[in-house]
This record gives sequence, structure tokens and C-alpha cells, in this order.
Amino acid sequence: MLLIYCPYCEEERSELEFRHGGDAHIARPANIADITDEAFQDYFFLRDNPKGLIFERWRHIHGCGRFFNAARDTVSDRFFASYKAGEPKPDLPGVAPASEKTVETYEATEGNAQ
Amino acid sequence: MRKYSVFAVAREAMRGHKGWEAQWASPEPRKEYDVVIVGAGGHGLGAAYYLAKEHGITNVAVIEKGWLGGGNTGRNTTIIRSNYLYDESMDIYEHSLKLWEGLSQDLNYNVMYSPRGVMMLSHNVHDKQSFQRHVHANRLHGIDNEWLTPEQAKAYCPPLDISATARYPINGAALQRRGGTARHDAVAWGYARAASDRGVHVIQNCEVKGIRRGQDGAVTGVETSKGFIGAKKIGVSASGHNSVIMAMADVKLPLHSVPLQALVSEPMKPIFPCVVMSNSVHAYISQSDKGELVIGAGTDQYNSYSQTGGLQIITHTLDAICELFPMFRRVKMMRQWGGITDNTPDRSAIQGVTPVPNLFVNCGWGTGGFKATPGSAHLFAYLIARGEPHKLAAGLTLDRFRTGRLIDEAAAAAVAH
Amino acid sequence: MSGANRIAGQGRLTPARTARFTFDGVSYEALAGDTVASALIANGVHLVGRSFKYHRPRGILSAGAEEPNALVDVARDAARRQPNVRATVQEVFDGMKVESQNRWPSLSFDIGGINDFFSPFFAAGFYYKTFMWPKAAWEKLYEPFIRRAAGLGVAPTEADPDHYASRYAYCDVLVVGAGVAGLSAALAAAEAGARVILCDEQPEAGGALHFDTSVTIDGKPGYDWAQATAARLAAMENVTVLSRTTAFGYYNHNFVGLAERVTDHLARPDRKLPRERLWQVRAKRVILATGSIERHMVFANNDRPGIMLASAARTYLNHFGVAVGRKVGVYTANDSAYEAAFDLKRAGVTVAAIVDSRDKPGEAVLAEARKLGIEVLTGHSVVNTKGHRRVSSMSVARNGGGAARWIAVDALLMSAGWTPSVHLFSQSRGKVAYDAASGRFLPGTYAQDCLSVGSCNGTDGLQATIEEALAAGELMARATGNEGGAKVELSGENAFEWSGGMAGAGEGAGVDTTVKAFVDFQHDVCAKDIRLAVREGMHSIEHIKRFTTTGMATDQGKLSNIHGLAIASEVLNREIPKIGLTTFRAPYTPVTFGTLISHSRGELFDPARKTPMHAWEEAHGAVFEDVGNWKRAWYYPRAGETMHDAVNRECRTVREAAGVFDASTLGKIEVVGPDAATFLNLMYTNAWDTLKPGRCRYGIMLREDGFVYDDGVVGRLAEDRFHVTTTTGGAPRVMHHMEDYLQTEFPHLKVWLTSTTEQWAVIAVQGPKAREIIAPLVEGIDLSNEAFPHMSVREGKICGVPTRLFRMSFTGEAGYEVNVPADYGQAVLEAIWARAEPLGACAYGTETMHVLRAEKGYIIVGQDTDGTVTPYDAGVGWAVSKKKTDFVGIRGLKRPDLVKEGRKQLVGLLTKDPTVVLEEGAQIVADPNQPKPMTMLGHVTSSYWSENCGRSIALALVAGGQARMGQTLYVPMPDRTIAVEVSDMVFIDKEGGRLNG
Repeated sequence: MLLIYCPYCEEERSELEFRHGGDAHIARPANIADITDEAFQDYFFLRDNPKGLIFERWRHIHGCGRFFNAARDTVSDRFFASYKAGEPKPDLPGVAPASEKTVETYEATEGNAQ
Repeated sequence: MRKYSVFAVAREAMRGHKGWEAQWASPEPRKEYDVVIVGAGGHGLGAAYYLAKEHGITNVAVIEKGWLGGGNTGRNTTIIRSNYLYDESMDIYEHSLKLWEGLSQDLNYNVMYSPRGVMMLSHNVHDKQSFQRHVHANRLHGIDNEWLTPEQAKAYCPPLDISATARYPINGAALQRRGGTARHDAVAWGYARAASDRGVHVIQNCEVKGIRRGQDGAVTGVETSKGFIGAKKIGVSASGHNSVIMAMADVKLPLHSVPLQALVSEPMKPIFPCVVMSNSVHAYISQSDKGELVIGAGTDQYNSYSQTGGLQIITHTLDAICELFPMFRRVKMMRQWGGITDNTPDRSAIQGVTPVPNLFVNCGWGTGGFKATPGSAHLFAYLIARGEPHKLAAGLTLDRFRTGRLIDEAAAAAVAH
Repeated sequence: MSGANRIAGQGRLTPARTARFTFDGVSYEALAGDTVASALIANGVHLVGRSFKYHRPRGILSAGAEEPNALVDVARDAARRQPNVRATVQEVFDGMKVESQNRWPSLSFDIGGINDFFSPFFAAGFYYKTFMWPKAAWEKLYEPFIRRAAGLGVAPTEADPDHYASRYAYCDVLVVGAGVAGLSAALAAAEAGARVILCDEQPEAGGALHFDTSVTIDGKPGYDWAQATAARLAAMENVTVLSRTTAFGYYNHNFVGLAERVTDHLARPDRKLPRERLWQVRAKRVILATGSIERHMVFANNDRPGIMLASAARTYLNHFGVAVGRKVGVYTANDSAYEAAFDLKRAGVTVAAIVDSRDKPGEAVLAEARKLGIEVLTGHSVVNTKGHRRVSSMSVARNGGGAARWIAVDALLMSAGWTPSVHLFSQSRGKVAYDAASGRFLPGTYAQDCLSVGSCNGTDGLQATIEEALAAGELMARATGNEGGAKVELSGENAFEWSGGMAGAGEGAGVDTTVKAFVDFQHDVCAKDIRLAVREGMHSIEHIKRFTTTGMATDQGKLSNIHGLAIASEVLNREIPKIGLTTFRAPYTPVTFGTLISHSRGELFDPARKTPMHAWEEAHGAVFEDVGNWKRAWYYPRAGETMHDAVNRECRTVREAAGVFDASTLGKIEVVGPDAATFLNLMYTNAWDTLKPGRCRYGIMLREDGFVYDDGVVGRLAEDRFHVTTTTGGAPRVMHHMEDYLQTEFPHLKVWLTSTTEQWAVIAVQGPKAREIIAPLVEGIDLSNEAFPHMSVREGKICGVPTRLFRMSFTGEAGYEVNVPADYGQAVLEAIWARAEPLGACAYGTETMHVLRAEKGYIIVGQDTDGTVTPYDAGVGWAVSKKKTDFVGIRGLKRPDLVKEGRKQLVGLLTKDPTVVLEEGAQIVADPNQPKPMTMLGHVTSSYWSENCGRSIALALVAGGQARMGQTLYVPMPDRTIAVEVSDMVFIDKEGGRLNG
């Protein structure tokens, strides 16, 4: 069970209080009625599903009720930052963007002690 | 390949089993293959087998980052059934079930397909409406699925609590008698052995680092931890990691990868004769040949590649199991684990061509990939060999997310009103 | 003296405190504090079980949680029976019934033992190679046979009457293990002021100090120091000491699961106490002091009863006062086993010989052995044993060949060395590293905020362990902001430092393929099986594990993993780390489901939601149905009525007079603010800015993909205030969906959302007499049609309490939905009922509600739609505004497949035979005689007998349904085919005149 920092409540609380909200920083197109089928597919369905750094949304649904964003490593499940909705992606010094080449994986080494 | 049989086992028993050979070869990669399949799980190994067996394409490599069968093939709860709702789903899962029925004989490897019946419990009027819809659709499609009264359900699965005082009393069940279980490792090993016997290279501990493409945009091979391996065609079937692999060819998929957890109890003498699932209370359970209760839990809510998940997912499932089977409260959990499933928005798989020429993808099987193994593999082989999908898999295209022609099995289960 | 093998003056149990228990029906005496294992050995019982596959006689191998052999069935009474209990862990209580397992007809004569003779046939993985012919025989013949033979204990068959508890706990430092290292670490952390939880799986603190009597700490015997230290810690306010508590799982973000066994050791437990308690601990820091586990030696027939770990024999002697034999042999590759021989010898037991596979054991132990007159055979191995139900002799040979000699023994103690318990570390996703020098896997890279100390960290030596643990305790306390306390110092002394150890097959394991040298006892995996797996191409340790099943038994490889790995390494000629280690998974030792679910059972499994009028409904005879987690009144049968009768009566009564219905479960959301209408314009397909205050409108909510997500009537109370209703099941997700858009997509809108589902009780009064019923009760609202037409809302009072009165209908009759504050719900209902009943009205339930609305063609989202249905498909396209430039779903609705011809559309169906009621979920075809797989046009979504229509009615989703009006279609059932005619969806009062009645 994750321990999640709510930037509104300013404290860490158990995952049981939160609901995951999918990828962060995917803005609904202002002219959504006019976008192409491809653009709609891209907006609504296609996702990076990164292995490594992800920016994601959470809602403190059994707390303050607010949506906020977090940066997390999908391999270690470690959080790097949580920040309020509407704020830009934070700088994360030393954290590499997700890519297969740079992320050391747990399963790759699981079963292969070093 | 040496044929497996009771006689071969008896002969070997007389001489200390010294005569068995390796079940599959462990070759170094060639410079180039006609087909490279990424991911040596059941789907990938099976596709290679059928490419060789049915399409005459034997210059095939299946490359695997870890050990073959080590992904979701070796981490699932081994349930097999085909009683889905939509034609597209029924087509592929029933095709698969038919292949399961003869798989041990086809592969000369006992995959222990055991049609002990899959029973889905109905707890309320809404469940009943939904399951009856499945039962009737299945029947008219030619798939066995029948509605049981609570008493009939209890007769089929004696440990079941059908009392009216249960928190969610059981008002019936849908039973697919041909549904059941199989031995997961044996599926991977059987396919690996049979494919290897037909000349397919199974290359383990070989991680894909990139997908190389030519000037025409078509794939030319894969960069791997064992160097570049040329390929005229590439089929990606790396459950859990398909987004990562396909990103190497700049193809973005409608997937999210989440850990799916499961657990087994300590082994016990036979007590549980079939597979029981309950969508309403979120539980599924069977008993393995070793005697362990095999229990499927849910997925964690967040994207993760960690093969672990929260304890609350496990306890939530056990809550439901013990509610249905109160005598199991004294049974002990022996081992819990997780696998990474990649899930599509409509909870149906994607198998088809991609925007990149000669790159094919088989992904998004979510929590239901094991049962699809032979069917998916068989049709994936067809897709790779012919460059276009078999009619039984024609609906599983990537394009449906653009057109909206979704195969929404999850929505079909709907929600309580 | 309880048991012939109890040695006076030995051990820590009190001879006067006895308890009686039975084993396979024979009564034995034990001492308080005995485990089943120690009590059985005390009574000379060594044969306690049968192995999984070969049904070989098995005894007691260990004295701890790693036990693979001595699994027994323990019963307090018929319903309190637990299979697969480790006899080495279970404490004896008076009156306990213990049974051996996996044997028939008896433990000493087990028919299944025949498997041992056929064992050459049952090589690893043999079942993959056979049982394939004939096809059907696997499920019918072979598998049932295998299943009966496999399994260990017998599952409980009665519902467990015990209860379990659960607690969340938070601390600065969680210390796992209360041996020397754990106690030291806990002490240092606690003295520094940290909030500490210390847990240990055993009844008392001490860990290895249970057996290692050569240790003194601060001048005290080690075990006594441990008890004193545990007591000192327990007395501190900032410390919680948990005994009989296993840390079984290490999850994300320092979340650790502990299982506390509260009453299983008590003869007459207080029934108020839980049997077990789950602790879910969130620790800022974790210190793992989990110790290490002694490995067995792998040699021929190393599984006979009486062959056990050397440290176990020491535990039985030094803690329980029990001699495991009268003439014992020792087979070791490690110094530690010598101390077992010394202790036994000093206690008067004959030590036949110490057989040491090494040429050069430690000098000190060798010298001590000589002093005690014990024969030491260095460079020798035990190559075989004899004895059916208990070991009777061992065969000893010089390494590298040479004549073997048989030495009579009645117990054989073995030690191949110690395996650090890195289970929890590994579960925390730390990466282990192989230390080639000591041949051990040790904690390498940490993934969470934890530290390993003592022997689980590979730290050898008592003082080194103490110092490491003290430093870790202090460090972790400081790291969590604790600054208090004096530095703790401790000094320990012990008689011998241990060295040595080996992994893999010993000389006596044979290189050929027939010798049974067990690697994994419980699963009967021998060295030869590992070799066979490798020969068959299983080169990854995971393949070897899965092919041979080594490490997959209830002990999860605590003893066998390293041996299996070493044998594979030898055969493959690859270094151990290149082969890999199988993944450690929770739980460390098995945990009962009861503990994991704790309170979550029965009513607390998923607490039922009940409306404010539930008691009234019960009193009026309602039958309830589950809708989500709500209990809703389904129908109100009168004496002698079937459900069908009751529903027919209710349906008739509502249309003829009136009916009263509890609609409180509908979701309700208060949408308030200057931009409320703008917001609803975005959330619903309808236009809301044109809705006048005091009026209501039926709204459709879509997901962004264009499919119907929810629906409900929305009333506008004021320019800036809307009362939104949702479906019963949809309430939480609709709220979430709205919040999502409001907070993240439209944060500029000034709107506030409040869930008011539970604030309002809702009483629907429907039917021609509805107005007559409520009129005298209502104050401040003109109920005339002109002042208060259909689809209006007013605020006023009813029965003197505030109400939001809706003039609306889900029945097609004129009617009201009376919203009152929840606490007044029952009182207002009673007042309404007092008027309604004399006027001939009835109370009606959800079933009647369903029928009445279907008669009018009103849809139920989730029943008539399923998440693949657009508003146009559902026949409510009129609710989609053509003028708006944006609402959620506007783009999704335009996708190619959603605007295609031939989509499934909701229509009415009338059976040709009006008495036939279709089955909901039944499939519809154009040609019932087509071969399978048939082309299905759609399915029946709602179907009822309509008493008011005098016939059956149905709604269905049918491909191209709107264009099929009047067509005959077919519903093929298993026993017959039903012809139906496609109709519109309104079956009664097509003009809608009754609404305005």
C-alpha cells in the first residue's frame, strides 16, 4: 500500500484514501468538438504507459477531495514529488525520463542476483 | 524430438532418467530471421510454433529478456473459459478453447487441460440479467454455458455458501462445463519444445533495446543485449511491456500496465472441484492438482511495472472468498505474487498490424491472456505470416480506438443501477 | 516427568506444569511451553508425518518456522481444526488433538508409501510426459488420482467460529526479530526516544539464544538477558513488544504486515479475544534482525525420522529439556554443529561421532571435542542411513571413496551452515548480492528505508552483531528525529566463533540418478531431480524450481533453495549468482485467511446501506433486494401472495389509485454557484441555461467517448442552485466525474459540488390520487397543475418539515417525489401512509417501479444501456443539445462507428403470444433456423408481465431497431423459439395525458 503525500493537506496518507486518476498533463482540447478522429484517439486513448518516471493524477477522495499530480517511478513505485493541479511538471534533478535504456528494472534483475 | 509417452517414461525409469534430452535448444542468435517474435511467453512461443507448423516459416526466433514463460504465462491463475459476450471475443476465446482441448496431444506435452467447469456466481438481479445475456449469446454462438439455480450451483461446488443470510446471497450461476484450468508452465514449455523441434530459435536472457527500421519505414531487426538481430518481420507479444517495446518503433498504444495479484493457499486434499468466479464480490478460486487453493485477486489502481502490489488488494479478495466459503477462514495463504498486465480501455485485446510496416502487435490481454494462449498464438502466427488478420481476430484491431468500434466486455458487465 | 526423553535439570520449562494432548488418538503428557514437536520427542515419537509425493516416513527436522516435515492437523474442537500446522511452532495446550496427515490408513502403515517403490517412475516433471492418452482420461482418470495423492492436510469443512482482529500501527522504527541483534537495535532506538515496535515469531524473545547457551551478555546468560531486555522494552512507553508475531510481508513504502497469534496456545482462551490479529504497520524505518536458518546436509536417505538440524537438537535440549536421542551422530560442514554434540554429551547423551566433511574444522571446536572424548571424523561424510520409522544407523565413509562403515545411532544431527534470512529484505525489493567468500546471499542494494543487522546481514560474531545492531537502532532513531537518550552499550561473550559451511550435494548424495538425497523434503525433491531438470534444459533457477517443485512447498524453500541452486550451479558449471535466486514472496510463513480478512466478514464484509425508511419497510413486510451495497424494498407481498401476485397488485394499484415508493437511494448532488448552469451545460448533453428556476429536466451524462454514463432529473432551485439526481449505483462515480472536470478541466468556473444523497430521504407518491394524498400535508406550495406542472420543483414544508417537492414521474402517472431531511423520512412517510392507505394506495418496491417505468418506455441506465450505448441508440437523442459547442462526449459521439447505420437501438418488443414473458438477456435473431454461430441482432434488456397492459412487454437493443418497427424477429430459447414484433417503447398512455392528471 502506497504512502501518498497530498499537497493540499500537506501530509502523507495511506493509499486507501486516494484514487488514481490516470496520466497527468493531458489537457482536454479547447476545441474538442472540432478535432480529428486521430486527435481524439490520441487525447482519450493513447498513453505512454512509461516504465520509469510517470506524471499521474491522484484524488484525495477520502480526504480533502482534491485532485493533484504526482511524479512516480513505475518500477520502484517511489514518489519523487506531489504537486497541485494546474502547476507545471516539477524539475526532478537526477531523475531520468522513462526509457527502456536508462531504467534498471526490477524484474530484469529479479531472479538474477548480482 | 523424442516422443513423450508412458512407455518412454517407463523405459527411462529403468535407467535413472539418463536418456532425456534438453526440451529445447539454447542456440546463439543468427544474423537474421524471417520472423523475430519479442516475448517468449505462451503467446509468443505458440505463435512461433504455429508459424513453423502451419505456415512453413521456420527461420524464426523468439527472444526473451528473462526466462521463457517467466512473464504472465507463469504468473496467472490458469483459468480457461470462452463464455464471453461479443462475437469478436467469443470467436477468439472459443477458437482457443478448442485448441486447448487437443493441445497436449498436439504438442506431445501434457499441459493438463482440465475441463472442471467454470462457474460464475450471480448475486443480484443485475448479475442475473448480465449472465443470462452471456448464456444466451454463447448458446447461439455454439458455446456451452448454462444457467444454474443456487441449489444446482451448490451441487456442482459443495463448499459454496448459498444461504439467504449471506451478505450477498447467491441467486444463481452461469456454468461453462468445458471451462477449467491448465498447467501454466507446461504451456510455455510444451510450445518451446515443439517450436524448437521445428527449428525455431528460443533465445533467452536477450533483452530488446531497440527496433531498427529501414528507409521505407519497415522494420529491419532488433537491437538486443546480444547484438543486432535482423528480422524481415517482427511480432511483439511481451505482455506487460508492450508499450515499452512498441515505443521503440514510435508506436503508442492505448495501454496501461498494472500489477495483477494472486495467491495460493497451503496444499490440501481435494475440496474444491471447479473454478468459481464472482464479479460482484471480486473473487475467483480453484484448487490446483497439488492441492493449493489458487485465488485471483484484483489489480492495483496505479500503473506499475513492479510485480508487487498492495496487501489491501489481497485482503479484499480474501474477504470475498471467505464470505462465499466460510470454512476457508482457517486456511493459510502460502504465497502471493503479481504479474504485470497491460490493459486496454475496452478490456479486449489488440492483435493486428501497426502503422509500421512488418511490425505486428499482440497485446492488451489484460487479466485474461492465459486462456487465450493457443488461440491468440495461432491467429498471431496467421497475422505475421499473411500480413493481415485471420477473420476470427479481425475485430481486434488497433484502429478501433479511432473509429469507436470497441469490444467492451467490461461495459457489458455494466454497473448496478 | 513428562516423557521418557526429558532430562532432569535441562531446559527452561517447569516440570510441575503439565498438559495433556493426543497424537493420532494416543494421549501424551507435555509441559507448559512445549511445542508439539518437543512434546512428541520427549515422548519418544519421531515419526510424525508423510511426505507429499513418495509418502516417505518423516520426523521432526527443525525447531522452528522452517519446518518442512512435521506438519500436523491441530484441533481444539470440530470447527476449530487447522491442517498443515508446523509441530515445531505450535505450542501444546491441554486438551489439544493432534493428527498426522497425508497417510492412510495409519501413519505407520501408509498405503501411499507404495509410491516410494515406484518412485523411479515419478521423476521430476514425469507428468508432463505422460497421461495424454486417451484425451478425456486426464480429467476423468489421471488427474483425480494425482489430486487425491497430493495435498497435505484436510481442509476444514465447517465455518470457522473464531474471530480475528486487525490494527493499523505507526512507528518510527519497526524491529523484526527479537534475537540478540533485534533486541539490541530496539533498545538503542527506544533509548533514543523513538517509537518502536519490536516483533518476534516466537513466544519469548531470544532467537538463537534459545539454544545457544554458551552466550553471555553483560554478564548474564544470553537467554536471561534477552528476557530481561524484552521486559525492559515492554515497560517503556514508546515501545510495543509483540511476541508470537510474524512479520510476514514487506510491502511498498515501509508497510509491513504482522500476524499475531493471540490464543492458539491457550487451553481455554477468553472468547472475547481474537484468535489472531493482523497488524498493518507503517514504519518510518525498519530494522531487519531476522537471523539465519541452518541448512541440512544433502546425502542419501537424509530424510529419516530422527535426522534433524543440529541447532534443533540443541533447542530441544537446552530450552525444552528433551534429548533427541540416546546415541546421536553429527554430520556437519560447519563448526556450529559441534556445540550440539558438546551440549548433548554434557547432558549424558552418547555422541557416536562427529562426521565433518571438511578436512580442517575450527581449531577450538576440535579441541573441545577431544576434551569431551567425542570421536571426530574429519574429511568424512555420511553417505547413507538406515531405519524405517526412525534412523537406526549411519554409514560413514572417507571423502573421495573408501570403505563405509555403519555406525548405530538413534538420531543424526546435521548442519551444512547457515542461510541468512533475507526474505523480508528481498520482499522490500532490495537486491541481494552473493558473497562468494562466505557462499551466502546477503542484502545488497536497499530499495526502502530499512537496514539489516546481525546474521541476516551476514554479520558473524556476537560482539560485532551487538555493535552493528546498536548503531543501526540509534541511526534509525536519529533519522526519524529522535534526539533523546543515553548511548546504549552492551558486551557479549560466547564460547566459540563458527566458521565453515557448504551448499549443494554432499559426498553421500551420489552422482548417479537413483540415490534419494533430499534437497526439498516436503516435496520429495532430490539432488537427482535437480540434475534431471538441468539435463532437460531447465537452466534458469525459476525453471528448475517450477520443473522440480523445489522450494514450492509450505516452507517455501527456507532450507532447500541454496542447496538446489548449488547443485544446479555444479551441473551447469556456472557460478551461483549467474543462475539466480528465485524471488522471495510474502508471506514469510503462511498466514490464515481469517487473519488477513480480520473483521471483514458478514455484515462488516461490506456494510449494507439502508435508507431512513428501512425499518418502516421491514415492518410493512417488504422483501429486499441488493442494489449495489444498498438494500432496497423489492416488493411487499401480502399473506399468500407470490412475488408475481404482489407486483401485479402493486402495478395495478399505482395506476388505479396511487403508490408510495422509497426513492432515497437515488444519488443527489447539489450544484451551486454563479457558473452552475454553465458547468451543467458541460457535464450533460442538455442545455441548462434555458431551464427556469422551479423547473426540472431529464438530463443525460456522457463519458468523453460519447457513451451514456448516467442520467437523472435535475431541478433548478435558483439561478445558481441545481438539485441533481443520479442513478443509485452511479452516485459516487458521477460525483467523482464532475469533480474531476470541475477541478482539472474547468477550474475557472465558480461552482461547488456537494453530495447530498444521504441528506435527503425521498418518498415518491405516484398515481391519480397522489395529489389528494399529500395535499393536506403540504404547506406553502400551490399544488395545482397550473402552479405546479409536471417537471417542476418547489420548496416548502410537508408535515411541518422542510421539503423540496418535485412534481415528476418515473411511472407515467401524475406524481411527486417528496424530499425531506433524512431524519424526518420515516415520520413523513408514516404521515403520507396514513393518508394513502385509506385512499386505496399501496406501498410498492423496485420491481413494480421497474415494470411501471418499462410500460412507459423509460430507460434504466445500466440495464437498458451498458456502456456501449449512445443517447441516440437509447432513444433519448432529443436530450442532446444541437446548439451547444461543447459538452463532455460531444466529440466522442461523432466518431465513425458511433454514427454508423445499423447500430443497436433500444426498441420495444411484443411477443406474438402475449402471455409469454421473455427472459432478460435473451438474444434476438432474424432467422432462428440459421446455423451456429448465429448472427445476433441484440438482446432483451427489460422484460415483464404488465398487468396494466394485460400482456408481456419488453425493451431490447436491436441492430437497426428503429428501422425494424413492425418486423417479426425471433428469440431462440433452449426449448422453443419465441416470435416477437418490434414496437415502439411506450406501451401505455402514449400521449402522456396521465402525467398531468
